[in-house]
Amino acid sequence: MPLTRAQVRHVAQLARIGLEPGDEEFYAEQLSGILEHIDRLQEVDTDAIPPTAQVVEVTNPLREDVPRPGLTQEEALANAPAAVNGFFRVPSIQEEA
Amino acid sequence: MSELTELTIAEAARLLRLHSISATELVTAHVERIDHVDHLVKAFLRFTPELYERQADDADEKLKRGEGGPLTGIPLAVKDVLCVKGVETTAGSQILRGFKPPYTSTAVARLFEAGAVMLGVTNCDEFAMGSSTENSGYFPTHNPWDLDRVPGGSSGGSAAAVAAGEAMISLGTDTGGSIRQPAAVCGVVGMKPTYGRVSRYGLIAFASSLDQIGPFARSVEDAALVLEAMAGHDPLDATCSDRPNDVRRDFDKGVKGMRLGVPYEYTQVEGMERGVKDAIDAAIKTLEQAGAEIVDVKLPHTDYGLAAYYIIAPAECSSNLARFDGVKYGLSVQDVDNITEMYMRTRRQGFGTEVRRRIMLGTYALSSGYYDAYYLKAQKVRTLIKRDFDDAFSKCDAIVSATSPVVAFPIGSRTEDPLSMYLCDVLTLGGNLAGLPGISLPCGTSQGLPVGLQVLAPQWREDVALRVARAYEVASGVKAEVAAVG
Repeated sequence: MPLTRAQVRHVAQLARIGLEPGDEEFYAEQLSGILEHIDRLQEVDTDAIPPTAQVVEVTNPLREDVPRPGLTQEEALANAPAAVNGFFRVPSIQEEA
Repeated sequence: MSELTELTIAEAARLLRLHSISATELVTAHVERIDHVDHLVKAFLRFTPELYERQADDADEKLKRGEGGPLTGIPLAVKDVLCVKGVETTAGSQILRGFKPPYTSTAVARLFEAGAVMLGVTNCDEFAMGSSTENSGYFPTHNPWDLDRVPGGSSGGSAAAVAAGEAMISLGTDTGGSIRQPAAVCGVVGMKPTYGRVSRYGLIAFASSLDQIGPFARSVEDAALVLEAMAGHDPLDATCSDRPNDVRRDFDKGVKGMRLGVPYEYTQVEGMERGVKDAIDAAIKTLEQAGAEIVDVKLPHTDYGLAAYYIIAPAECSSNLARFDGVKYGLSVQDVDNITEMYMRTRRQGFGTEVRRRIMLGTYALSSGYYDAYYLKAQKVRTLIKRDFDDAFSKCDAIVSATSPVVAFPIGSRTEDPLSMYLCDVLTLGGNLAGLPGISLPCGTSQGLPVGLQVLAPQWREDVALRVARAYEVASGVKAEVAAVG
């Protein structure tokens, strides 16, 4: 099922990926091509088949809950594009409608 | 070319222990080789002289005292997805340019503890998404055997570095074939362990239910030594198993009496080249002559593997890559009115075409109204693919096939058609979906280019995969050679 340009805009918004001129057509065409291949999954009868999210037998191992040092504030902020007074600085959030 | 850049670990370790050479000499020979060929191969993104000078000194101190193990002083290259404290690590992406991790990944830390010497960081497809290293956010890497061709991917830089004699060993990651396929087309050995064998702590995640870290080397034994040094429980990765680290058990016992399965479907995949098929048929014949019993097995859902993979991997990637938002590290577009605009412009500018394509695909597959049709469906098909392997392994000890249906292809020849690129992984991604260990090793050439033989084993049976690979290496006499380059 081909992807429409409206769907591309919706998915881009969900994924927080900006669209530049030409992107809508590009994704619509390329993703439709890939989805056409993927649609063959619908041929497989999976009614009685459970899903697999994880393939090995390890389940919820727990470690001792003891305090240990983590990153310092300085280390945590060392790669920040914008930091101020020990915080990550971000553009205005409240102005969003 | 110096002989020192053609050694295996076993050979180098012997010379180091006899004090015939020093670790510093061994490392210097590799640095000179890099100076000589890397402007052509472009395997490395950056070099780490502060690390390798100090680590080579440390190795020499240990060797002088008669201490150290097989990896002491061995020159190592690390794929740009494994964090090394203080060393710029970017996942081949502009969005992480300048990022210096505050900690070291467990896999790399264990090799450092074992005495390996890190030469530098190798190129890869951005966030390990690709089969040719052309999706690097920096530059493409070239195949040392033919500089106009790709080295495979996504761990193309790591494979090319070992093939060109720029490093003795290297690390890659394999989510759908990203170690085995570049190993095959560069003519070296590459191994993907069982999911959970090697800790993923400090690995920049692509698809968390599929990713595994593994070695490249020029012999099966070297790959086994590196894997053994990295493997084993790590409290920092909850999926990392505490099973015994027995990967080298029975290493030299040969294949006599073993049953090796040849899946019919793997011989018939779309785009399989005649020369590759011939080389694989000859390799299987060699294993039979070495005493293995060759049996037919079936993997009936092979045709659906690629489709399931290209839902599951993009879905997981769309979730994992949400963290690259311009706030905590890396690129951040700052001249914006609000935070949503910052996210959207940062991610549009920082991610390359393939990464954006996969995030979009994964987001779509997980979005409201499509989850059942795509993601849940793919996970159910994953169950069927895993059952196919379970059935096959009830009839054989290991599965043998081609690693890649094609030899290294010309740079630029598949970039326009993503599906043609994805088809490179059709023989490897089943191993990821089922969590199996798999190894690729050289088994001759087609059109003058390397062909790789893949051995897949049941979960946790790296020992079986390595034993079969070793037996082929001995019986065939085919060795991973260092490419002359240029």
